Amino acid sequence: MSLRRLPLTLAALSVLVVSVFPVYWMVVTAFKPTRDIQADTPTFWPSHPTLDHFATAVNADGFGLFWRNSLLVTVSAVLAALVVALLAAFAVARMRWRGRRGFILMVFIAQMAPWEALLISMFIIARDTGMLDKLSMLSLIYFMATLPFTIVTLRGFLAAIPPELEEAAQMDGASRVVAFRRVVFPLLAPGLMSTSLFGFITAWNEFAFANALIIKNQDDRTLPVWLSSFSNIFGTDWGATMAAATLFMLPVLLIFLVLQRRVTSGFTAGAIKG
Amino acid sequence: MSAPPVVASRQDSPAPPVVHRRPRRSRLAGVWPYLLVAPTVLGAAYLLLYPLLRSVVISFQHFRTGELIRGGAAFVGLENYQEVLGSDEFWSVVGRTVLWTAVNVVLIMVISTLVALMIARLRKRLQLAVMSALVLTWATPVLAATTIFQWLFQSRLGVVNWLLATLGFESFRGYTWFADGTSTFVILVALVVWQSVPFAALTLYAGLTTIPAELYESARIDGATGWQIFRNVTFPILRPLFGLITSLEVIWVFKCFAQIWAISRGGPDGATTTLPVYAFQVAQSLHKYDLGAAISTLTVLILVACLVTHLRRMLRHEGEQL
Repeated sequence: MSLRRLPLTLAALSVLVVSVFPVYWMVVTAFKPTRDIQADTPTFWPSHPTLDHFATAVNADGFGLFWRNSLLVTVSAVLAALVVALLAAFAVARMRWRGRRGFILMVFIAQMAPWEALLISMFIIARDTGMLDKLSMLSLIYFMATLPFTIVTLRGFLAAIPPELEEAAQMDGASRVVAFRRVVFPLLAPGLMSTSLFGFITAWNEFAFANALIIKNQDDRTLPVWLSSFSNIFGTDWGATMAAATLFMLPVLLIFLVLQRRVTSGFTAGAIKG
Repeated sequence: MSAPPVVASRQDSPAPPVVHRRPRRSRLAGVWPYLLVAPTVLGAAYLLLYPLLRSVVISFQHFRTGELIRGGAAFVGLENYQEVLGSDEFWSVVGRTVLWTAVNVVLIMVISTLVALMIARLRKRLQLAVMSALVLTWATPVLAATTIFQWLFQSRLGVVNWLLATLGFESFRGYTWFADGTSTFVILVALVVWQSVPFAALTLYAGLTTIPAELYESARIDGATGWQIFRNVTFPILRPLFGLITSLEVIWVFKCFAQIWAISRGGPDGATTTLPVYAFQVAQSLHKYDLGAAISTLTVLILVACLVTHLRRMLRHEGEQL
């Protein structure tokens, strides 16, 4: 029996290795002393782990600044998208109005917007309106890039909350706003959280616009653009480069750990209708 | 921009919207939904529709560095499109983009299907381990992944060259992958496939779990082989899901920009220049914003053509829910 399962187990292990190895190699390289990194035969375990490379990365010019920029852009975009999406999701999930269908359709189409094809016109618009080299322009773009997905998800979460709960509160004399804040909002918290975390990842990782719109003012770069020019910063210091990549990935990794159960259970709960 | 949307949108349940009748405030109540969606509509108008239209307008203008600084771009009709469509370079880029998309999507779909079928057969603990590993891959930021792959394939110290040389392929000792067009292309394909398989495989696996076990049992009792079961039971049931994932992957791979730009900027010698990269090069490096806009517009048109079937399916799906 176990012999019959051997090919399957081997296949699973190879998928496991191919999936994990690149990330593992990044972390291991970041902790390895330089002489181990430059050895002819690579070692697959950091026998003498060191934090030197992390120190080099953190002390690199502007590292703190780019972290701040990335955080600023990402958090402001996600918060704005959350507020705006909540309003729209409420209108879609709880009210009946002319144009509702068209609006939903627009949101779905916006979700597939060809952002990469807007790089040039966005550059020209930013230039014309004095928004070139401004972090707020990136915030606006990331806000719009995460908004449709946020609306769709929040609408799903809202629809799952029975409207009778609000109606009961309204029957007891609460206004619609109060009913929403006291009754629906607490129930919506998990939805708001996972939506904003996915939005965070999208904005945190974005490269194309940050690369095209922040040109002259190098202090306004974000982490992905900074990381993309690692050979200018660290030269051939691969330990420091991998340490920088590890630090850049850290928040995303933490978010996925938080969301892990939701992600896998979402996949396994047969949520896909096909 | 990223994968989550499709999954999340499936959480919708068809709850009927509730109508509140409160006669006294009815006139105001009628305005409320429009006020609530107004920020979204305004945002989309300025940050999505306007750039899209602006791109189309620029593609019909003469728009170079002079016009960028002074303004007052003149309309030139179809001149930009004639120049773009008449150049051999453009058509070789189109050919490369089609090849790029085809190779990636075929690999992604085949590998994802195999991985999904594999996950479904695994025992609990190994299954959880594989799925967690896939989620980890999926979570790796694009720019972290491009940096890692440059390190993996580094010529002198890269672990891939060491492995190949150790396995007996001596010619790979110190091989410089990024100096050659074809090998850079291969690495980019490996990177994009590595990043795309988790989403497709996990989604397909989720689809597999919805197929009732009785169907497999009766097929097996009838003496069907594994391949026959897949072709006659699994695939027909999951056909819509396969269609959905394939069209999504086509879109994502076709418009892929960050990976290519971060690793090769379309080089060496244009060997990895696909349409989105080409448009950006023409506009940003050559300052021919008009031609870049024309290429972008053509890119969008090709994407829309690829999308039509997907959109139609989505419309039908949404129509049931409204």
